[in-house]
Order: sequence, then C-alpha cells, then structure tokens
Amino acid sequence: MSESSRVEALRTALPQRRKTASLWADALYRLSRNKAAILGGVLVLLLTLTAIFAKYIAPYPYDVQDRPAANAIPAWMLSIFPMMKPYAVISDKFLLGADYVGRDMLSRLIYGTQISLSVAFVGPLIALVVGTIYGLVSGYFSRWVDNIMMRFVDLMYAFPSLLLIILMMAFFRSTFAQSEPGTFAYTMNKIDERFGGMLFIFIGIGLTAWMGTARLARGQVLSVREQDFVLAARAVGASHLRIIFRHIMPNILGPLVITVTLAIPGYITTEAFLSFIGLGVNPPTPSWGSMISEGSQAIRTYPPQAILPALALSITMFAFNFLGDGLRDALDPRLRGTQ
Amino acid sequence: MGRYIARRFLWTLLVLLVLSFVTFALTRAVPGGPFDREKSLPPEILKNLEARYHLDEPFGKQYLRYLNDVLIPRITARKPTPVLEEYLINIKLWNGYYFRWMNLGPSYSSRSRTVNDIIREQLPVSFQLGVAALTIAVLIGIPMGILAGLKQNTVWDYLGMSIAIFGVSVPVIALGPILVWIFGVMLKWLPPTGWGAKPPYILFFIPRDLSWNFWRYVIMPAFALGLGQSAIIARLTRASLLQVIREDYIRTARAKGLPERIVVLRHALRNSLIPVVTVLGPMFAAVVTGTFVTEQIFGIPGLGKYFIVSVTNRDYPVIMGTILLYAIFLVLANLVVDITYAWLDPRIRYE
Repeated sequence: MSESSRVEALRTALPQRRKTASLWADALYRLSRNKAAILGGVLVLLLTLTAIFAKYIAPYPYDVQDRPAANAIPAWMLSIFPMMKPYAVISDKFLLGADYVGRDMLSRLIYGTQISLSVAFVGPLIALVVGTIYGLVSGYFSRWVDNIMMRFVDLMYAFPSLLLIILMMAFFRSTFAQSEPGTFAYTMNKIDERFGGMLFIFIGIGLTAWMGTARLARGQVLSVREQDFVLAARAVGASHLRIIFRHIMPNILGPLVITVTLAIPGYITTEAFLSFIGLGVNPPTPSWGSMISEGSQAIRTYPPQAILPALALSITMFAFNFLGDGLRDALDPRLRGTQ
Repeated sequence: MGRYIARRFLWTLLVLLVLSFVTFALTRAVPGGPFDREKSLPPEILKNLEARYHLDEPFGKQYLRYLNDVLIPRITARKPTPVLEEYLINIKLWNGYYFRWMNLGPSYSSRSRTVNDIIREQLPVSFQLGVAALTIAVLIGIPMGILAGLKQNTVWDYLGMSIAIFGVSVPVIALGPILVWIFGVMLKWLPPTGWGAKPPYILFFIPRDLSWNFWRYVIMPAFALGLGQSAIIARLTRASLLQVIREDYIRTARAKGLPERIVVLRHALRNSLIPVVTVLGPMFAAVVTGTFVTEQIFGIPGLGKYFIVSVTNRDYPVIMGTILLYAIFLVLANLVVDITYAWLDPRIRYE
C-alpha cells in the first residue's frame, strides 16, 4: 500500500502531469484559432441545446396530425417553390409547412435533432469505452491473449459493417417484437419502444463501432508499454490494472479521441440511412432519415418535405466534420491536412 | 507474394464461412415460419411444404445443406430441379456439363421465383449504377486531389478541399433529393426518376444501347453516389502527394535537373497514388450500400431498391440471400484490393 502511495506521490511530483495539461491547453488554443472548427463547435452546441430543449422549442408536438393542413406550405415559401402555387394548401399555421399527414415540419425537424445528436454522442462513447478497454487488455497482456483477441477483431473487421448492422436490425425488429412477456427480449423491445426505436440503433452501431478503436488502442499500447515509466511502475509493484489505467491509458487517449471524433459523421449517416430504409426509428418518432424517405416520394409535388430534412442533416454533418478536422489539427498538428 | 496471397485467401474463406453461418442462423432465428399467412395453412400442407424445403431437418443439417448449395461450386450434367435448385452462375463447359455455383434458394414470398431470379433481373442495373458512380468518384477525386496537392495553399487547394468537405458532409440521402429537385423538377434538364437500360446486356451488365437515352438517367444518381467517394479520394490523394513530394528521392530528381513535369508525373504521382488503393475496399462497400438508397430516391429498378422493399415487407430469405451476395462480393473485393496493395508496396507483405 505504502509503495503505491509513494508511486502516486512520485507521479504527482513529476513534471509529466503538468506537461499533459499544457498539451490540452495548447490544443485548445490551436482549436480556438481555427475559424471553421469554432463554427462547427458553435453549431454542435446549438444543435445539442435544441435536442435537449426540443420539448420547449418546438411549437407543436411531433406526432399531432392536422389532416386538413396536410402538405400545407406557408406563404413565404412560395417564393422559393413557386411551382407549388396552383395546388398547395397555403397556411401560415406552420412556419415550415406540414408533412403528408399534416404534422408540423419545424417541430419534427427539431425533434429529429434528438435522434441524430444522441447517435453522435453514444456512437463514439461506445467506440471509445469498449474499444479502448479491449485494446488495452489485448496490447498489455501476453502474446497469445493478444493473438486471440486481435484475430477476433480481424474477423469482425472483415465483415461489411453496414450489412452486418442491417442484418442485426432486421433480426432485432422481427424477433424481439414477437417475444413472450417476461423474457429478456421482451424487456429489450419494451425499452426500445420507450425510446422510439433508438436502443436497437445504438446496439447496431455499438456492435461495429469499437473495432477500429480497439486496433488503434492496441497499437498505441504496444509502443507505450515498453517505455521506462511503465517499467518503473512495475518495479515499485503497481498492479496490472493500475499500470493499464493510470500509466498507459492517459498516454494513448489523444489519438483515440481524434479517431472517435472523426467517426461521428459516419454514425449520423448510418442512423439516417437505417431510418431511411425503414429499419431505424419507429414511426411516428421523427428522424431526418425517415423524413427524407417520406418526403422524397413526393419530391415532384411537395419538394420542401424532403429538402428541409436533407438540409438539416447536411448542416449537422458539416458541423461535426469541421469540429472533427479542427480537433485533429489541434491535438496532432503533424496530421494536418491528411485523410 | 505467394505465401501472402495464400494466407489472405484462407482468411477470406474463414470470413465467408462465419458470415454464412451468421446469416443462416439469423434467418432461422426469425420467428414465424416462411409460410405464415393471415389465414393459416392446414397442418398437412404445412408439413409437406416444410419437407419440400427441408425445413423439418435439424439445424446443423440444414446449415450444411445451405453451405453446400451456396458456397460449393460444382461441375455437373444433371438438370437442376426447378425452384429448389437454381444456380446464379451457370457456365456451359462441354457436352452437357455445366459449371454451377451459388444456389441461394427459393423466395418464400413469391413461390414461383427464386432469390437468384430476383438477383439476375435486378443486379445488372445496380451494377451499371455502381460502376458509373465509381468512375465518377475516381475521375473527379484523383485530379482534384493532385491539383490541390501540387498547388498547396493556393486558391485551387482551398477550392478543391472545400468541394471535398462538401462531398463528405452531404450524404447520398441528402444530396439525392436536392439534385432531383434542382435538375429534375425545376430545370428539367434530366429525368428525375427512372432508368434507361434494358436487357439483354453484354457481359451481364453493359447495355447494348449506350446512347443519350441511357446516360441521361445515369448522370444524376451516379453523381449523387460518387461525389462523397470522390471527396475521400481527393483528400487522400492530396495528403499522400504532399508527403511524397517532401521525400529525398524527389529532391534528388530535382537536383539532377529533371524537368518539373517529369518529377511530378514519374516520381511523385506514381508513388502517391499507392495509398489511394487502400480506400478502394471501403469505397466498394460504401457504393454498394449507397445503391440501396440511391435507387430508392431515383426510382431505379435495381437490386438495392428491391432489397429495401424486401426489408419493408420482411421477406427474410430474400434479405439474407441478397446480404450474403453483397457480403461475398465485398469480401472478395477486399481480398483483391489487399493483394493489389501488397503487390504495389512490398513492405505490406512482411507485416
């Protein structure tokens, strides 16, 4: 015990910790000078706030139908879509018009941020937590543990991941929906229904998201664990867990954070894609993907119904791309302009 | 090189085996038999149907049968039993002998068609779209990346990289409807939906009539599908070129007085394009899955659209059959990409 507390004392006394702090401060400074990244960051912040306070911002509930106002558009939009003048219902009740059953487009767009943003945060979280732990264990322990764990990742990695997700989603949606009350599948399905179909999306994305991070983390561990400070920690008798989490992990987190941030737009498209093909959220929960799918069927007559969610999705993607690129340049200037 | 190919090939076989098992197990795990209808069938008929499709056998036996049907190629003179036995690949060898491969089984929802019928009718269209999209991705991506890399920090670089960030940020499902609206509905330059090619095709997918009537349907969806990929290629080409151009051998080439054109074309470009090969694998995957939504948006009668319809209708044998086909294609494409890369860059082989 006294040994580990001495190690702790040594660790805090060492200049290394201050150096880590200044690395992040340095990164923050570089990030603050990148205008695109700041714009992206502000947009992400705004979108997050919209998602959290959707209930208070949205003028109408997302699922209330006003049948007479179906496909209505407000007067100001006629200047952008003049061809709709002869046949569209013109009503200023809805700021951005209504969809094919008379639900407010604006409110549905606002609630749509909840799905996209939660995927944008949960996806990287799963990738980071599962991938890092997997990579740490694989890289730190003996050769054969590493070998088995990495062959498994290789195998999973060789699968076309989006196809695997589609397969999983089709399976979840059919099997779990018909399960008996009291079983595990039934509980899962109830939780999924409670969240509008988001649980299965998280599971689907989570199942495939961690592998890249695991590989990267393992590679980093392999180079870090041979360094003198790990040897020193081992010499003073630190446990495996302590070495892994207190000594190795802080040193490999930077590149992992970069990779995971850069992957966010991918998770957002995956969710939109799944909802577009009808395996994502359960209706009437609005997702931009399902809104584009519904809207694109009436693109000739009522274009805003597809174009508005398409714009919302693109703006969100821009925001996360700008932020991710900026974060990468800030944390690792050597990588600037690559990828 | 031989050892590397052998190792990769064995690995691919293992992946395909696991993949087929997962696909099969999930198909069988889906509750409700394939013959569930609103009006349930009499038990005797159900029994006969199950016996006909071998659904009454134990799981292991069914899987081995499936594996035998799908993965094992055979050379035979026997005539296949209709509906139950129908191969995707039939190549005539000599007097009555055929090379047959991939029997994906019957579609349970439409009794007279097999999964192969569906694939045979719709895959060529998807293939046309995919090839066109990949061509656009390469034709836009590589020149854009080279231009941005050679003229780093000029207006060309910024313009190219702005287009690239646009390309990676606007996914197909967002770009598709916007293109349809602008060029199909407002300007009326191109037909908003539909497809111009009709069978029979040369080499399974090249239409006989390659006139404007074919191309005008291709341009918009292929561009929507290819733009994102071209952005990825452009960014990678630029980054790789910037790295190569700082290498010692480029300095040597310049120092010995070679004209800049030769230095760029023969020394820099050739080496900087090698890493671009690595994105081809993920790119194939993205284009294949991209066809699902592109065909839906542009109303193209391809396999991707049919796949989405079968997902909506919960037609599981078709879903699993098509997924397996796509997966086999992608895994094999990855194998080819890996081997090409190892051939171009010998260091990879000894990793």
